[in-house]
Amino acid sequence: MTPALAVHDLRLLIGGAAVVDGVGFAVAPGEVMALVGESGCGKSLTAHAIMRLLPDAVRQDRGYVALDGDNLSVLSERQMRLVRGRRMSMIFQEPQAALDPLSTVGAQVAEGTGSPLRQARAAVLAMLDEVGIADPARRIDQYPFELSGGMCQRVMIASALIARPAVLIADEPTTALDVTIQAQILDLLRRLAIERGTAIVLITHDMGVVADIADRVAVMYAGRIAETGDTAAIFARPRHPYTALLLAALPRRTDVPRSRLAVIEGRVPAPSEFPTGCRFAGRCPLADARCRAETPLLREVARGHLSACWHAEAVR
Amino acid sequence: MRRYIARRLLQAAIATFLVITIVFFVMRLSGDPTLLLVPEGATAEQIAALRHALGFDRPLAVQYLGYLGDLAHFDLGQSLVQRAPVWLIVASRLPYTMALAAGALVFALVTGIPAGIAMAVWRGGVTERLLSALVLAGQSLPTFWSGILFILLFGVSLHWLPTSGADGPASLVMPSVVLGALAMATFARMTRISVLEELGRDYVTAARARGLSMGAAVVRHVLRNAAIPVVTVVALEVGNLLAGAVIVETVFAWPGIGQLAMQSIFARDFLVVQAIVLFVSMVYIALNLATDLAYSAIDPRIRGMA
Ligand SMILES: Nc1ncnc2c1ncn2[C@@H]1O[C@H](COP(=O)(O)OP(=O)(O)OP(=O)(O)O)[C@@H](O)[C@H]1O
Ligand code: SF4
Ligand SMILES: [Mg+2]
Repeated sequence: MTPALAVHDLRLLIGGAAVVDGVGFAVAPGEVMALVGESGCGKSLTAHAIMRLLPDAVRQDRGYVALDGDNLSVLSERQMRLVRGRRMSMIFQEPQAALDPLSTVGAQVAEGTGSPLRQARAAVLAMLDEVGIADPARRIDQYPFELSGGMCQRVMIASALIARPAVLIADEPTTALDVTIQAQILDLLRRLAIERGTAIVLITHDMGVVADIADRVAVMYAGRIAETGDTAAIFARPRHPYTALLLAALPRRTDVPRSRLAVIEGRVPAPSEFPTGCRFAGRCPLADARCRAETPLLREVARGHLSACWHAEAVR
Repeated sequence: MRRYIARRLLQAAIATFLVITIVFFVMRLSGDPTLLLVPEGATAEQIAALRHALGFDRPLAVQYLGYLGDLAHFDLGQSLVQRAPVWLIVASRLPYTMALAAGALVFALVTGIPAGIAMAVWRGGVTERLLSALVLAGQSLPTFWSGILFILLFGVSLHWLPTSGADGPASLVMPSVVLGALAMATFARMTRISVLEELGRDYVTAARARGLSMGAAVVRHVLRNAAIPVVTVVALEVGNLLAGAVIVETVFAWPGIGQLAMQSIFARDFLVVQAIVLFVSMVYIALNLATDLAYSAIDPRIRGMA
């Protein structure tokens, strides 16, 4: 089956540094794929590159994105506008910042349809209802400051999904929300993926979120994919030392707020000081001379399970 | 919303009263106003007689109450120099300054704001560099110098426009452009900064992720958000236009309030100067009030307050 979204060998440069290097993955319709990694590893840039909304400072010099088999890199900006919102859309970490404070909720959700609110009103009301907003007839004419953070994220989801895109990219959609709201938003995304067959790329730095909702995971480290495979397989047996450390840091089924990946010794190198060889070598308990000299490429260690580690078999 | 407006109106009324009071005391305490009015070489008796005739020998509190009473009737007194009611003198000049300030403001708004938007949206290109040069010229050329340059170029050499005076709409063009140049530069710079800041916000990326073009995102979302700081500088600049009018009206022999202020200061026409100071202060207060009302028209968060 053709994946809903496929990213091939993406490389993004800031100045001379490859902040994203060789990133690729595919997501099937109705599937939730998590892109996990510490702050600064290039998750958001990857998301913006997929939407072709990269900041000025960032240049893509390799790779391409395919939507349902169509290569987007051949499209003009004008054609790309017809893709955004209709075939693929995106939601953001700070829902309140992602909404224009001076436009009403309804006007912004209607933008996803391409028609003004006057014409799209019924569709907007139905969509607000679908994302679980109570009393949509009142909310539709309110401004974002009159809504809670969780409600703003529901509005964002409504605006992203109203045109029934096949792909939704969710960049840390729950990080700014408190734990109960976080669970509700994740449930909503999960339900939409199932009911509408939307392929979801869920960006997070929280392995707990991954366990809750992702079918598959791609773990990123310093701009590269370290390991990718089914969530169940990776949680059962990680094949990359970085993933293993992330999982070891995850509290077991407790009510404590979820850990923030920063518990691993050392820090992520800045893009300007990425080492040759494996970028994780500076923090890796298994690192040896080969790791520091040669870059490990992703290779299949089990069916559908890939790891970029010279010592994948030794990880436990 | 009503409470917001009511509170702003009350603040404006208090500010007006304070200004009236401060003007009175500053004008009285900076010396005996009689001495400003008498001709050179007057005798002590003549001075005393004039002081009595004008009431400047009464206690200060009595003078102050009399002054408030006169103002309440819009009585600004008689000009001893021009031998005419002060309000009439000021009112006869007012339309000229209003026309000049309006011309300058329109010029500054219709050039400065689009220039600022263009500099932000097409940053880093030829457009930005060309416009920056224009803005730099607008803010660095002194008004009297650019005024004379314009007169020489468009008036004397090219004969496109009248060199001075107030003779039909054509004679308004040069003074408006010269007076508005600084405001144009300020609007352009402020708009550019404000639009740039808004362009970097998530809601712009989010709007584009919904399929809006950059242009549509700017028109539908960015401009309104960027307008708030710009409204503030527009109000401030209108005030500055009145100050700049003194020079421009003098250079172009434009018979407005600015020219009247210069003439009255040189002629020591005390009451006319006082009236102009009061008038300009009232304009500033009205501008502040208008700014606050404009904010609430733009921003629902302010409307919701109070
Ligand atoms: N507009 C930009 N200009 C310059 N550098 C940038 C820009 N955006 C991101 N970067 C840099 O690129 C790298 C990757 O950033 P990115 O935002 O993709 O990280 P992230 O994985 O999303 O992190 P976080 O979890 O903090 O959101 C970081 O080193 C960041 O400093
Ligand atoms: S390649 Fe070497 S340094 Fe890199 S993760 Fe594997 S063992 Fe560690
Ligand atoms: Mg990010």
